[in-house]
Amino acid sequence: MSALRLAVITAGLTQPSSTRLLADRLTEATVAALAPREVVVEVVEVRDVAHDLTNHVLTGFASPELQVRLDAIAEADAVIVATPVYAASYSGLFKMLVDVLPKDSLRDTPVLLGATGGTARHSLAIDHALRPLFAHLGALVAPVAVFAASEDWGSVDAGSLGARIERAGTALARLLLGNAAPERSDPFEDVTPFAALLGELHG
Amino acid sequence: MQFGIFTVGDVTTDPTTGRTPTEHERITATIAIAKKAEEVGLDVFATGQHHNPPFVPSAPTTTLAYIAAQTERIILSTSTTLITTTDPVRIAEDYATLQHLSAGRMDLMMGRGNTGPVYPWFGKDIRDGIPLAIENYALLHRLWREDVVDWQGKYRTPLQGFTSTPRPLDGVPPFVWHGSIRSPEIAEQAAYYGDGFFSNHIFWPASHTRQMVQLYRRRFEHYGHGSADQAIVGLGGQVFMRKNSQDAVREFRPYFDNAPVYGHGPSLEEFTRQTPLTVGSPQEVIERTLGFREYAGDYQRQLWLMDHAGLPLKTVLEQLDILGEEVVPVLRKEFAALKPAHVPDAPTHASLVGRAGGAHDATVHATDDVTGASPDATPSEPAVAR
Repeated sequence: MSALRLAVITAGLTQPSSTRLLADRLTEATVAALAPREVVVEVVEVRDVAHDLTNHVLTGFASPELQVRLDAIAEADAVIVATPVYAASYSGLFKMLVDVLPKDSLRDTPVLLGATGGTARHSLAIDHALRPLFAHLGALVAPVAVFAASEDWGSVDAGSLGARIERAGTALARLLLGNAAPERSDPFEDVTPFAALLGELHG
Repeated sequence: MQFGIFTVGDVTTDPTTGRTPTEHERITATIAIAKKAEEVGLDVFATGQHHNPPFVPSAPTTTLAYIAAQTERIILSTSTTLITTTDPVRIAEDYATLQHLSAGRMDLMMGRGNTGPVYPWFGKDIRDGIPLAIENYALLHRLWREDVVDWQGKYRTPLQGFTSTPRPLDGVPPFVWHGSIRSPEIAEQAAYYGDGFFSNHIFWPASHTRQMVQLYRRRFEHYGHGSADQAIVGLGGQVFMRKNSQDAVREFRPYFDNAPVYGHGPSLEEFTRQTPLTVGSPQEVIERTLGFREYAGDYQRQLWLMDHAGLPLKTVLEQLDILGEEVVPVLRKEFAALKPAHVPDAPTHASLVGRAGGAHDATVHATDDVTGASPDATPSEPAVAR
């Protein structure tokens, strides 16, 4: 059986970043839940392509550095996203990456949502900002998402971050394994014959 | 192989002086540029079509007819003709008239246009861009080939017994190119009709051009117009030249940095690496342009964008001198040496007349409104008065 491809989008800006930390933990939990299947993980640090994203928005095309990352996301069997919450929503850079994803590239792809913030009072940003965004993209969004507030990283309470991460990873793995790989069509290979294009007009 | 220039017709502030030309200055500069293009030995001058500021060319056939009257040799074309929002009946009439006035020294390139509001201004919807391009061109294609057309479609009022006048010069419709940056449907359309395909090629990486051109070539062969390498391909390009590379970069950078399309985005260095833009010496332009055929194959038409982003007329004319004196003569020789014998040149009026077995006058003297029949135009039969 071929390896599963997991793309991880992480939009943290600092070094080290708690958003990256969350992304890595979600990745580990997902890979563990998928065992014994082999998983190839491709991490996309949005900061690495921040200028390329601006250029893409302005010119309409991706630099080679950005293109390999967009390809990795579009070709992934499942995607984990993690963004800091800024001003009650995902970060602007994170949204720029989503804005330049080719149309339908996440349609029917299982996606796990993660977000970080200073306090747990921002946790609903996942449900009022991230979830509608990925619904718009047609992704299969895992029902379990993880919000990590600063205080969570120091907590040992039951039901704390570690357990939530593990549950989320399991949810994504279940979605992925129960989900046939979405069919992708290449408009340059699977040409619509001209007669059909003409025919649609008379339909 | 044909070499030429294409203009967008933007009225843009010169970032080095802060001066913005008037529309009148821009329109007269366009004429000066076209005449210069002929003078330095280029083969093609093409103008865009736009219906919103900061662009001046809203009436391309007026401009092209004026240029035709003032030139003798250069082929006049468009970059592009908006097949989506322009009534195909008007395109048939306007460009057939231009064909007569220029004695066949013209062709045209279809494009869809990507300015959202232009569609509703002309009663259309940008979401119908592809179906509009397909239906409108299908009608245009018939209007130039059938004397009397009965037609019904989705986007335009039906036609009964309609004759588009004047009929094409010598009975041969103008050659048509289809331009598109990334819509496979348009490459497919060009292939279906055996028309030319033009890849704008200036704002996008070569990989996109390669993909579109390969699709067009493959489908051209599929539809039986010849082998894939005989398909008719045109490419855009964008250059700025000075004797020394560094001088070219220094002079062009403020125009690049403030250009409407890519300004304030990637650096000049990034953009020249990622797209076909070449800023440097004539020799660098020659080498880069020769490289295009490595991914587009042997192609028939190379057009450059020269007069944009606020470059002053004087500079544009200097660029044309360099192009005509130092670049194009070398490219002509090099491309000709590389091209296999079975790859055709771009069709011209003369070659199309030859292919049609000679010229014949196609005048329709009158049409019966009731039957839609077109009476024979031979002098022995008197024309029926309307």
